[in-house]
Amino acid sequence: MTDLAAPEALPKPKRDILPALLPAILALAMLPLIGSGSSWVTLTVASLAMGMMIFIMASGLTLVFGLMDVLNFGHGAFIAVGAYVATLVLLPLAPYVQADSLLTNLAVLAPAALLSMAVSGALGLVVERVLILPVYGQHLKQILMTTGGLIVAEQALYALWGPQIIPLPLPASLRGSFIIGDVAIAKYRLLAMLLGLVVFAAIQLVLNRTKIGLLIRAGVENREMVEALGYRIRRLFLGVFMVGSGLAGLGGVMWALYREQVHASMGDDLTVLVFIVVIIGGLGSIGGCFIGALLVAMVANYGGFLVPKLALVSNILLMVAILMWRPRGLYAVTSR
Amino acid sequence: MMILSGDPPRSRLLGILLVVIIAALAVAPFVFPGAKAMNVATKICIFAALVASYDLLLGYTGSVSFAHTMFYGIGSYSIAIALYSMGPNWTAVAAGVVTGLPLAMLLALGIGLFSLRVEAIFFAMITLAVASAFLVLASQLSWLTGGEDGRSFQLPELLRPGTVIIPKDWFGFAINGRVLTYYLIFVACAAMILALLRVVNSPFGRVLQAIRENRFRAEALGFRTVFHLTYANCLAALVAASAGMLNALWLRYAGPDTSLSFSIMLDILLMVVIGGMGTMYGAIIGATIFILAQNYLQALMGAASNAAAEAGLPLLPGLLHPDRWLLWLGLLFIASVYFFPTGVVGRLRNPSRKPS
Repeated sequence: MTDLAAPEALPKPKRDILPALLPAILALAMLPLIGSGSSWVTLTVASLAMGMMIFIMASGLTLVFGLMDVLNFGHGAFIAVGAYVATLVLLPLAPYVQADSLLTNLAVLAPAALLSMAVSGALGLVVERVLILPVYGQHLKQILMTTGGLIVAEQALYALWGPQIIPLPLPASLRGSFIIGDVAIAKYRLLAMLLGLVVFAAIQLVLNRTKIGLLIRAGVENREMVEALGYRIRRLFLGVFMVGSGLAGLGGVMWALYREQVHASMGDDLTVLVFIVVIIGGLGSIGGCFIGALLVAMVANYGGFLVPKLALVSNILLMVAILMWRPRGLYAVTSR
Repeated sequence: MMILSGDPPRSRLLGILLVVIIAALAVAPFVFPGAKAMNVATKICIFAALVASYDLLLGYTGSVSFAHTMFYGIGSYSIAIALYSMGPNWTAVAAGVVTGLPLAMLLALGIGLFSLRVEAIFFAMITLAVASAFLVLASQLSWLTGGEDGRSFQLPELLRPGTVIIPKDWFGFAINGRVLTYYLIFVACAAMILALLRVVNSPFGRVLQAIRENRFRAEALGFRTVFHLTYANCLAALVAASAGMLNALWLRYAGPDTSLSFSIMLDILLMVVIGGMGTMYGAIIGATIFILAQNYLQALMGAASNAAAEAGLPLLPGLLHPDRWLLWLGLLFIASVYFFPTGVVGRLRNPSRKPS
């Protein structure tokens, strides 16, 4: 991102681009191992789509940690709640979901996703006020409180929806794949990729190019100073937390459609995945989180294809490898 | 006082409670002879030791580990696999012990060196990830672990229920292999708790508390904090693995649900928090309260749920269903972190102090 109008007086910080190139290097290295070009393309697209979905879920967690120094162990609950809320819209409106028209499908999907984001964002408001507000600055208690929150949320989902797995079929027009030559690319994966890129770009834009982003970054650096200037940093942080939970909800909807099912324990499973991504990326770093998500998805997809048994623990191995290289993750946030 | 390492309960009520619990556990096979009561007593013994070892980490060093059940599971599985594959003899028990304990310690060492360098939060996340990978491995490597079904096995002759050691007509009580197993567990757990009490009241334990209070200052004083934290992590792992071995011996079975699942991890967390973090005695109190509640309150919840269903109330039957017991536990957990951060033991020791 070179800004032509920027004065050249200040020396720019050295760019650290090696981690950013890792996904590309990994993908190219896998090409000869996989052999067939068409399966490589399919696997790569699958990885990118899965990576984007994981990124959307993880971005909220890393954002909240980076800005507020709060680690939310209950982040998985927002994911699960988002997925369940989407069933409230999608299951009663099944005829529209199964109509063979992209427009009709999207007209149902969009409100479902928005409602999920709204509900999980509102839940974020409650969680921040009730669970996190009393324990700001105390990591130990934050972990305990939010773990308790995760248990309560999961059990509440069981009590409200029952313990069974709820099937959530993909809309008709998003099923199947585009066939280009002998390469098949699933339609839904393209949509997921697109959405992930939009979210990534939006977060970067807001943080780097708007006044709110400026205030947030300033608040992270020196909270007292921003408060002294008359800005309400508490309210700003609350907003960040709600956005983070809302994004988790969106990720939950996308993941549920990807797997075509909803289950209360999905929050648990995804929490682990999201944590691994956040650790790999470096706690608090959005760019690192993006790369981490791509890497985890790639290792899972390529690994699953090449050595199925290894795929089960592939993300742990990836995490260990990355931490050997950089103990604080790919892009360590150095302010603390 | 020697046996308590100079760290007495420091509260009359707490002392009385502890004496009552320990006395009840000591005579449990004679006073509460039923199968269910015996299981409850054994579980209290094992969990008291397991929770005490977790308190060494959570209460004394302030680092949250989510991998404690992994070590517990390593202990359970090492005994189970050894007895399953080598037959019911004492060599197999010894083989399980000498493979399980070093394995647990090496893993703890690895995790510690990896993650304790950075931050407490890092440690929590990495242990969660490693523990979940271990759970996946344990349920996938069925040739070794028996997969989801776990491994059932036979005990050595001496510990079997059928083995009569002292017949009933001597004192009016039959002492069989089952009773012997119980006392083996009781004594081993008591020894582990006393050893942990010794550890936390040693100079090493003081360093751990110094790290908990202010890691930077401890480092500045010249203590290598990573070394101390990793050492504590290894010790806790060893005790947890031993508790897992005792658990496997009692159940004659090891499986993902009984020794590895995430819900056991939550139970341990809850017991530490309810009992009181950083007190050791809290482990005994917490385990006793929790396990008694788990075994006897769930029936009560079922009755309440049925009553609510008959009264035609909406939602309430679902919320009170015995399977939703964790919901109420979670709420209790949050409330106790918030209102009673020092737990039962802290409250008994300083009844007047307001929660911070």
